[in-house]
Amino acid sequence: MQKVIDVQNIRKEYGKTIAVDDISFSVQKGEIFGIVGPNGAGKTTTVESIIGLRKPDEGHVAVLGLNPQSDSKTLGNRIGIQLQHASIPSRMKVWEALDLYASFYERTVPWEPLLENWGLGDKRNAQFDDLSGGQKQRLFIALALINDPEIVFLDELTTGLDPAARHATWDLVSDIREQGKTVVLITHYMDEIEALANRVAIIDQGKVIALDTPANLIANLNAETQINFTAPRSFNAEELASVAGVSAVNQEGNHIRVTGNGPLLAKVAVTLAEHDISPEDLQSHRASLEDVFLAMTGRNIRE
Amino acid sequence: MKALLKLTKMELQLQFREPIALFFTLAFPVMLMILFGSIYGNEAEAFLDGYGQVDLSVPGYIGMIIGTIGLLNIPVTLANYRDQGILRRLRATPLQSGSVLWAQVITQVVMSAAGIALLYIAGVSFYNLRIPTGIGSIIPAILLSAFSFFSVGFVLAGVMPTARAAQAVGMAILYPMLFLSGAAMPRFIMPEIVQKIGLALPLTHVVIFVEDLWLKSSLNMVSLFVVIGMLVAGLILSRFTFRWE
Ligand SMILES: Nc1ncnc2c1ncn2[C@@H]1O[C@H](COP(=O)(O)OP(=O)(O)OP(=O)(O)O)[C@@H](O)[C@H]1O
Ligand SMILES: [Mg+2]
Repeated sequence: MQKVIDVQNIRKEYGKTIAVDDISFSVQKGEIFGIVGPNGAGKTTTVESIIGLRKPDEGHVAVLGLNPQSDSKTLGNRIGIQLQHASIPSRMKVWEALDLYASFYERTVPWEPLLENWGLGDKRNAQFDDLSGGQKQRLFIALALINDPEIVFLDELTTGLDPAARHATWDLVSDIREQGKTVVLITHYMDEIEALANRVAIIDQGKVIALDTPANLIANLNAETQINFTAPRSFNAEELASVAGVSAVNQEGNHIRVTGNGPLLAKVAVTLAEHDISPEDLQSHRASLEDVFLAMTGRNIRE
Repeated sequence: MKALLKLTKMELQLQFREPIALFFTLAFPVMLMILFGSIYGNEAEAFLDGYGQVDLSVPGYIGMIIGTIGLLNIPVTLANYRDQGILRRLRATPLQSGSVLWAQVITQVVMSAAGIALLYIAGVSFYNLRIPTGIGSIIPAILLSAFSFFSVGFVLAGVMPTARAAQAVGMAILYPMLFLSGAAMPRFIMPEIVQKIGLALPLTHVVIFVEDLWLKSSLNMVSLFVVIGMLVAGLILSRFTFRWE
């Protein structure tokens, strides 16, 4: 695998605030690399250091083998950026923005198909201010893709969007990877990372506290799956204790909780069906990246 | 170069989508001219060396256009672009950052020229505006004055924390100056003491500078130095105060 981004021991202070405190990681070609962490963790500062918008106080960054500071123009032509806290003038029209930004790059893709692909075809003459939140974000992605970049940085892409718009955006991000581009996805939504990222760096207080595939991070928690449901008091929950993978059964009144490992839900459901019990509230809770963060920091990510 | 042209063209189009700013740079000076002209007319007056009242007011209106653009349009536009992260987004492209600033300067020079052209056309059509004798030197003088005020606008944009603050402070500086400098009404109708106070204001020197060239073909050295001094100070200060975010 080819490394396209190499970050070594970067550090950045703003006055007394240590925004980034000795962060290192590398990103492979063609992957979606997630950077996740709570507000103020240092995600944006890290990304700004990678793209050359900020100079880290210490450490080294190489992107596509280039130095973001000294080779900023060459690098700028090869990466695409959707920045947090960035915008275009409110009265600029959608097509004008694409046409304008296309003039900044040495190599560009035609912007008409880009607009169509991103569902903005009928909005080409709309002013930026008149777009919905989701349309604005899609325009920002289109702007980030106008130069057919090798790496795309997306910082807080779905913040402020409703769930439907968020999920629609996820599909579009997958499409970017399908085109063979590397994506660096910055977010504070763990579910976004679980759905999209090949690997993730969890950042907290300026440090990388975990770096692996989402699946490995969750597996390493060794957290058990939990199944909850209600059943008539006449049902003896101990019947479930013998199901493969179950480690504990807990019955309180008509509420039953089963914990264990493996594909628990299906097996429990089969056993219940054998006893003619079909609870409507049968639910399974698997450990998620949120639990990984909680386990590592003792805090919830959104606190 | 292609990017700078595109950016400038876009910037100009955006200016034309801001009706309020457009009103004060393009329509308002013409309206004032017509208002004063309809009262005083533009007959040749002996005490004005054969020029009329409207002839005399035009250099003031030119100062008004330059002052409004320099102290309001530029700082508010740039501070707004900074607050909204528009400058931040532009900086994340290979575009040279100087292009963003040049696009703004060129745009505002064109806006000033448009405002002055409208004045000129209205003056000639309605009041037989007398063509100035020193027109060859007037254009560079106006450009110099514009750059001088624009540089102050860049300083204001950098110093002001927000676009709102830039607007409030810009107005607080501009409006009293418009009346005391002879931009909105001729200085000779003001009491002597007010005229003296006016001499402390930079806009007064723009008006005098242009007026002397326009009406007397003479170069007012004091005003020239004030305008150049302000340009140099503005350029130096803006280097230290300008912020991209
Ligand atoms: N320009 C700046 N000046 C001073 N402090 C800053 C600046 N930018 C960021 N910080 C501080 O540095 C820390 C890290 O900020 P950063 O924006 O990198 O975090 P983040 O992980 O992107 O947060 P969010 O999820 O809110 O976007 C925060 O404490 C923030 O207040
Ligand atoms: Mg951020």
